[in-house]
Amino acid sequence: MKGIGVSQGIAIGRAWVMRPKRGHASGQVLNDLAAVEREIEIYRVAVSEAVTTLEAMMARAVKAEAEILGIQVELLLDPQMEEEVTGMIREDRVAARDAILKVTEQLMQVFINMKDEYMRARAADIQDVGNRVVRVLDGEDVAMQMEEGEWIVVAEDLSPSETVGLDAERVCGFVTQAGGVTSHAAIVARLRGLPAVAACSGVLGAVADRDIVVLDGVSGEVLINPSIGELQVYRKKQKAFAERLRVLEQLRDRSAVTTDGVRIQLLANIATAEDMEQALEQGAEGVGLLRTELLFMDRDSLPSEEEQVEFYKRVLLRSNGLPVTIRTLDIGGDKPLPYLGLAEEANPFLGYRAIRICLDRVDIFMTQLRAILRASVFGKSRVMFPMIGSLDELVRAKAVLAEVQRELRAAGIAFDEEIPVGIMIEVPSAALTADLLAPECDFFSIGTNDLTQYVLAVDRMNVKIAALYDSYHPAVLRLVLEVIEQGLRQGIPVGMCGELAGDPRATELLLGMGLRQFSMSANSIPVVKEVILRSKAI
Amino acid sequence: MIKKAYTILAPEGMHARPATAMVKLARQFKAVMFLKNGEKTSRLNSLIGILSMGIKGGETIELEIEGVDEGDAVAAFDVFFANHLKDW
Repeated sequence: MKGIGVSQGIAIGRAWVMRPKRGHASGQVLNDLAAVEREIEIYRVAVSEAVTTLEAMMARAVKAEAEILGIQVELLLDPQMEEEVTGMIREDRVAARDAILKVTEQLMQVFINMKDEYMRARAADIQDVGNRVVRVLDGEDVAMQMEEGEWIVVAEDLSPSETVGLDAERVCGFVTQAGGVTSHAAIVARLRGLPAVAACSGVLGAVADRDIVVLDGVSGEVLINPSIGELQVYRKKQKAFAERLRVLEQLRDRSAVTTDGVRIQLLANIATAEDMEQALEQGAEGVGLLRTELLFMDRDSLPSEEEQVEFYKRVLLRSNGLPVTIRTLDIGGDKPLPYLGLAEEANPFLGYRAIRICLDRVDIFMTQLRAILRASVFGKSRVMFPMIGSLDELVRAKAVLAEVQRELRAAGIAFDEEIPVGIMIEVPSAALTADLLAPECDFFSIGTNDLTQYVLAVDRMNVKIAALYDSYHPAVLRLVLEVIEQGLRQGIPVGMCGELAGDPRATELLLGMGLRQFSMSANSIPVVKEVILRSKAI
Repeated sequence: MIKKAYTILAPEGMHARPATAMVKLARQFKAVMFLKNGEKTSRLNSLIGILSMGIKGGETIELEIEGVDEGDAVAAFDVFFANHLKDW
């Protein structure tokens, strides 16, 4: 089976399966006052039991985890919660368990309706707390006493307290059927350095308690009851990985300097504020590419200016003052946004997308630029336009930016007046006219993924021709070299943020071409740094 | 009764962690405390109440503290809002 690797490493263990339980109300009606008082007492005992369990867990947890649990203890002790539950038991004559489910749901609604995204996410904490009390009432062991051994937790998804509450000594990996890179299980797994796979559909149906499970947190591969041969292969991989990790960890705090003393900048490609933390952990010196598409996806209307400001601000506040390159909306027919009403296209990669949409729907573009500029006071940001194909497009995009800046100035809203403006070089016409584009921008960032597909006329989504997709094709490399040289000649920095930048096999070549800024997913940084430390730049 | 206004220095506003710390601090005093933000009011002993006010960074809130130890409580919150809430 396969999911997404969300925390690297190989784990081999037995399945500890957590099947989702739905809390249904019983609908029982209490018929006398004695029953009411009994239910209230039952509720109070369950809460105090849950608090005791959480406090015991806090004592064992590391600081960040203990803080999450501390918030849950406060929620459990909250007098508003207690008043509402006991009030409901008294007035509606319902059982403690039903009252908890109902009150939790109401309180969750309060948070779900809030504007701030962070606050909306607190609904999950309320639910978590409610479920915890219900589980005590149901007589389930909340602390989940695991037997000794190495367990791989298999679940639909894990709530914060479930994840934190798992016995750290006995859990060696996570597989979740739902979730993704930013789900709690993934975050805690990375925090603890445990391998994890998310979005592994069908895993709960395929696994039984105590089955032997192997998971690869890089490839996302999950094996259930593997053969002896497979087991041996993975044990070897596991050992090699541990050894490698030890070597790479020692590089974390070292600067990326070549043997001939050239300082190289290693940056991260990120999409969320959480990614920022991981990037810093891996020693990134900033963000070479902040994708903004997630803000626009999985919703039914455009994100407001305020929502966008919040997002950019959250990323910038976590950046420790390091540069963050914000790429404006890069979307098209392949990642449709239903509310934009984009038509399906025969050639979405050659179609109405990215900057082409932005220059057409200037309203969307201006809102995003306003938000980026307003957030620019919270850190060191740079603006980057994707898919620029001609000087005309760049000039028009810059004119929109200038217009937004004028508006902000007129309204007396502060922003970074010196904000650098650059472009992605990912369309062949841009690469071939880099000399004409350079005077109009402050930096280039080569996007090798799209550049490769456009130069080679290979659709990167088409699996039938996947073998033809090759970023090492001389045609691609010649263009890369051309862009780097033009940047040097015209005195603007050139970075690279495509897959090639994070591929250690390409590092020496790119250094030799004169590339000094590499931006990649955070996990690749140590590997690329390792190559840089033993290479020459000139 | 003592009333005192504070500005939230944490740019992210009153998030769950600082709000939890505030509830814990409030619990150490006998005085009854209210938190006001514009039209909204919450008892300072309710994390849910505080969070649901959605207090943002840069906003000014007002504390109302009444009880035998109100002077000590205000002194404690002076320190809390000046230092503690900045680092979150």
